[in-house]
Amino acid sequence: MHADPKGVLTGVHFLDGDHSCCEGALAAGARFAAGYPITPSTEVVERFASRIPTVGGIFIQMEDELAASIAIQGAVWAGAKAFTVTSGPGFSLMMEHIGLAAMTETPCVFVDVQRGGPSTGLPTLPGQADMMQARWGSHGDYGIIALCPNSPQECFDLTIQAFNLSEEFRVPVMMMMDECVGHMTEKVVIPEPDQIEITPRRYTKLPPEEYRPFEPREDLVPDMARAGEGYRFHITGLTHDERGYPNMGVDAQDRLVRRLLAKLKPLSNGRSLCETDNLEDADVVVVSYGITSRVAQRAIQLARSRGIRAGKFRLITAWPFPTERIRELAGHVKAFVVPELNLGQMVLEVERAAAGQAKVIPVSHAGGTVHNPDTILNAIVEAAR
Amino acid sequence: MTPTTTLVIPDGAQNPVEPFLRMDRMPHIWCPACGIGTTVNCFTRALLDSKVNLDKVAVVSGIGCTGRVAGYARLDSFHTTHGRAIPFATGLKLANPELQVVVYSGDGDLFAIGGNHFIHAARRNMDLKVICVNNMTYAMTGGQSAPTTPAQAISATSPYGAFEPTFNLVALAEAAGASYVARWTTYHVKQLSRSMEEVLKRKGFCFIEVLSPCPTLYQRRNKMGDGLDAMKYYKQASKIRHGAPTGECTLSKSGEIVVGKFVDRDRPDYLELLRAQMTESLGERYIEPEASCSC
Repeated sequence: MHADPKGVLTGVHFLDGDHSCCEGALAAGARFAAGYPITPSTEVVERFASRIPTVGGIFIQMEDELAASIAIQGAVWAGAKAFTVTSGPGFSLMMEHIGLAAMTETPCVFVDVQRGGPSTGLPTLPGQADMMQARWGSHGDYGIIALCPNSPQECFDLTIQAFNLSEEFRVPVMMMMDECVGHMTEKVVIPEPDQIEITPRRYTKLPPEEYRPFEPREDLVPDMARAGEGYRFHITGLTHDERGYPNMGVDAQDRLVRRLLAKLKPLSNGRSLCETDNLEDADVVVVSYGITSRVAQRAIQLARSRGIRAGKFRLITAWPFPTERIRELAGHVKAFVVPELNLGQMVLEVERAAAGQAKVIPVSHAGGTVHNPDTILNAIVEAAR
Repeated sequence: MTPTTTLVIPDGAQNPVEPFLRMDRMPHIWCPACGIGTTVNCFTRALLDSKVNLDKVAVVSGIGCTGRVAGYARLDSFHTTHGRAIPFATGLKLANPELQVVVYSGDGDLFAIGGNHFIHAARRNMDLKVICVNNMTYAMTGGQSAPTTPAQAISATSPYGAFEPTFNLVALAEAAGASYVARWTTYHVKQLSRSMEEVLKRKGFCFIEVLSPCPTLYQRRNKMGDGLDAMKYYKQASKIRHGAPTGECTLSKSGEIVVGKFVDRDRPDYLELLRAQMTESLGERYIEPEASCSC
């Protein structure tokens, strides 16, 4: 289906990434947001608070991030598309409810505008050190989707994708922005509503007496019901069976938890989003994401101008990690260079996927600013030797 | 006195409350003489007497013994995370104001880990009906001290006697802004049902505290006898004082229990305040929130 025109601000705009993300959420059909102020993410909900009363929906500033991250899930079960927005310290508090959303298969979006950490860290400066937390931060085994925009335009486009993917797979989707992308202002083109594809929620067509809330379809994702329509369903964070009833059995646990991961398989391979360039003849491939990919772009250009066959692999879907794509590349390149604003997170995934077939060279940075392109260039030169 | 509907035992059932419960989940996990089941009976009675549309009632619970109520109620029901039933319920209510949202949880869940959410929902006068079963302990985890465990009481984590000052839940609720505040015990089944019925018909943030025995952990450790002894204590020690100043209603280990309806005041609720403010600022540009997405 197409976007509801009420939420779509069609036109050419000059927006920062945070505001653009908000417009993406509105275009995607989000009519409920709960938040708690935290730099450098607050602009997203500030804009939502300003826009939503004339679109028709709810913004509520909750008492903390724990509350914000579960209020959105209440809203989802009442039928809304909903999201919350935060940065590192708040993201830490939201882990509890990322786990709940994964376990109860509640489609919702968490926007994390990353800053330097750990703890209070660098509130107004960039970092990319929440990448592993996004994947593994809540306890137990579960899967999520994480997307990494590198421009205000992508903050718009990928926020719509984030909502669509959350509905398709019934998982929490993380928008892993960073302070630079959140605060940089660029041209953002918002298309006509009929040019924006929206994935509707898949509600059950079964009558209440036949509906089983966690009975998976063929794609391993169950259909939803919403509160107030006579289904009288039960949702719990406990391990549950297909009826949604708690079941402490080893078999129920195995069946449920394996399915929570297995349903995401299509995304880890063919359908993962990435941007590639010059891979055909590449000796060295720079794997990067978010703001760092824009610095890497410069380093790749400089390397090419020196005759080094450098290629680009920009992760747009960070999670599930595109293991097969990287493994395939590893078979015919010398090395991967992985710059990121952390001391080595996604590089571990590249290493895992490369499985020893190619060298993997981290270009780490503790955060607070972006890399100097020369640092990445030096790593490319070194790798190409 | 409000006339109550005669309870009818449906065909094939053994108890009039069966239609309100997920009978395929019985037996429940609560111990013999635990008071939570009694409160659920009162709740089903209130649902029946209030004649609410059961398709529009949702129950949200946190974690703990009382947290299991959501799982047994044959309604749209949500068993959430520890302490967070109220913010979940807030989202549910705001995204579909047609729903009558009942938060049913215990004292530890609502007032220790969830205390912040409670006071803010009361402050906002969010249209939620909060039922707190207060057994003065963390029962599910083995009887540890709670913010409600009275002085001198022995618990798994206060083996030499509790000494921290306790929360007076009804005073806290009133101070935070609740529209309706009452307290009963599981001895007062009729009064409790009527209070529950009253809040189901009423707007705003409503709070009912129900003192309830935990014979397995709290009473045994404190040599307070069994479930029957708890009923005797509740009967002897309770004083019905409607409108009593909540500050005078502190509970203790074996002292007087002031019960009754303490607060019943009209305040505009969250959605009314939102609508009024937006209409004043935006006039006709304001668009009422949609109950749910168009998809």
